[in-house]
Amino acid sequence: MIKGKFIDNLPKVYGIYTGGFIGFIILMAIAEQMGMTAKAIGIAFVVFTIAIYAIIGWLSRTLQMDAYYVAGRQVPTVFNGMATAADWMSGASFVAMAGGIYFKGYGYMALLVGWTGGYILVSTLLAPYLRKFGCYTVPDFVGTRYGGNAARLSAVLVLTVASFTYVTAQINATGTIASVALDIPFKLAVYVGLASILLCSMLGGMRAVTWTQVAQYIVLIIAYLLPVFWISSKMGAGFFPHLMLGDEVARIAELEAQFGLGTIKNSAADLATVPKGLAGITKAHSSVNGTNWGFISLAICMMAGTASLPHVMMRYFTTPSVKSARRSVAWSLLFIFILYSTAPMLATLSKLSLIDPTLSTGIIGKSIADVQALDWYQNWNQANLMFVSDFNGNGTLELNEFFMGGKAVVLATPEIAGLPYVISGLVAAGGMAAAMSTADGLVLAIANALSHDLYYKIIDPKAEAAKRLIVARVLLVLIGFAGATIAAMGIQGILGSVIWAFDFAMSGLFFPLVLGVWWKRANGPGAVAGMLLGLGSGTAYLVWVRNGGSGFWGITHLTFGIVGSLVSLVSMVVVSLLTKEPDRATQDMIDELRVPSGKAILGKQH
Amino acid sequence: MSNKTKHWEKTRGLLFVTLAIWFVFSIGIFFFGTEMEASSFRPFGYPLSYYMTCQGSLLAFVILNFWFAGRQEKIDEEFGFTEREDS
Repeated sequence: MIKGKFIDNLPKVYGIYTGGFIGFIILMAIAEQMGMTAKAIGIAFVVFTIAIYAIIGWLSRTLQMDAYYVAGRQVPTVFNGMATAADWMSGASFVAMAGGIYFKGYGYMALLVGWTGGYILVSTLLAPYLRKFGCYTVPDFVGTRYGGNAARLSAVLVLTVASFTYVTAQINATGTIASVALDIPFKLAVYVGLASILLCSMLGGMRAVTWTQVAQYIVLIIAYLLPVFWISSKMGAGFFPHLMLGDEVARIAELEAQFGLGTIKNSAADLATVPKGLAGITKAHSSVNGTNWGFISLAICMMAGTASLPHVMMRYFTTPSVKSARRSVAWSLLFIFILYSTAPMLATLSKLSLIDPTLSTGIIGKSIADVQALDWYQNWNQANLMFVSDFNGNGTLELNEFFMGGKAVVLATPEIAGLPYVISGLVAAGGMAAAMSTADGLVLAIANALSHDLYYKIIDPKAEAAKRLIVARVLLVLIGFAGATIAAMGIQGILGSVIWAFDFAMSGLFFPLVLGVWWKRANGPGAVAGMLLGLGSGTAYLVWVRNGGSGFWGITHLTFGIVGSLVSLVSMVVVSLLTKEPDRATQDMIDELRVPSGKAILGKQH
Repeated sequence: MSNKTKHWEKTRGLLFVTLAIWFVFSIGIFFFGTEMEASSFRPFGYPLSYYMTCQGSLLAFVILNFWFAGRQEKIDEEFGFTEREDS
């Protein structure tokens, strides 16, 4: 069969694909020289890449349960690592992370530490054991380990709340990029984004998502790294920015002091004239800001959340063995590290090229009229991502008079630094790949949980394979539409809702999952109490703090997972100890779970 | 003590070691943000606090994860719990 051959030929297939993509970039660069317009290049990039993902999605179509839910469990270690990295790095990582670092400095970096450190928890506490279990979905593990529909349903509930919060943000990001690149209204762009997401996942489920995610990783990593290395060399900062920007970071600190960062403050009346969503530089680039606990608590939430988010965990169900699941986590983290360690370098280069008056691209200290006449300023001002205003009336642009949207750091820096437009088109394609790959994983996680755990395991256990797969696909479309509809309303920012998703997942699922493997005494009633009370108390804390509550222990609306997971842990332990210990069969199952060799606990078809 | 129990004890030992190292790089050092910033040890010229957040801790996690996978494979091998290649 073609499939067997395909698996053996993966390095060749993706090698050719990467070469082809680089060829396409070069082709576009030549076209730009020959007079192709910026807009046409942007459209070409987005359409070309989406068309490739759609073709992969179509080629991976399947009617087999095993292939639909877990890609046939034959995804090789390193490729699964790439797919997980794409699954993991969302539109928020790609588009908003460098911006967050640019504006919020040290305090924001807790997210980088948390989003990588979490993978230690994934590989030590959970992934290999859940792979051995042989489940299709995360609630499948919870339902079988703890026994009973109550546990299964609670897990489905937590999964849906967390993943749905996350997916609206991703569809929102796809819409933002599609609307900029294709020049269509945001509300329409959201549905264009949705259609592309469904093209990848609907026919082939996990198998299709796996192979598109590998393709998307390749696009997004090229799109992220190329401009950063280019800008760094162009500025003379060094050909390998990660190791060579020490002087630039020091120079920014020097300029911050020179421009009076932190001493010159804007009046409330002045700030009211700044368009919504834009911010000025108010925090030092590299020095420690905020409290130690603020940093640590945010990192803890992101780490525990990483280990509880089902769309990540389910990627490790697709490897051929327990050993490769464990190795695959390490590879995932390496692929993620490549992008994450580049984001602060991009933020540094972006900031320096804007504020250093000795660079040709620097705008601080220039006359306001000159800045307003710049092409790129006009473009991004129109896109509502940049704004300058002469608050003190001296005709010169000061540091406190320059405002920018967080997304502009990634989207606009290539243009500001004077790179050809082909790079901006590439970045748009990369952002689209990042947002689509995560949205795909999330929509599939929700739809699979509902179709497998709710429909098949609880509502209609006699359903035949064909019917189950139809239900799974219908749910996929419905959930996609629900997500797109909410995203089109544009009620949350991209990053805020991403962080909430981690807190929700951590509140409800972290301890029930971990104790399921590591504590034999944990039982069904305890797990149900842990999931429901954890999710409930976390949500209650969030609502309370958002409505003016003062909170306690310095826990904010971004770290409410600490409250939720503590309640979850305590209630799970107390209820477990007050009720009967798990029966002999369950205890044997846990023993079996803890060794890599031997048969999976759940059969191939279940 | 059965083979499985011994295997699990070693596995748990490795977990504690791994989590201890993880704790240092993800939580421990960030209790000393300002001290790290003032430190005269500046990798590649970056302030230590800045370096750890944007590269140091992240790299430590990558290495730790590969190291952990290797150690766990050795433990599985020692007790004969390695999966057969064809499974």
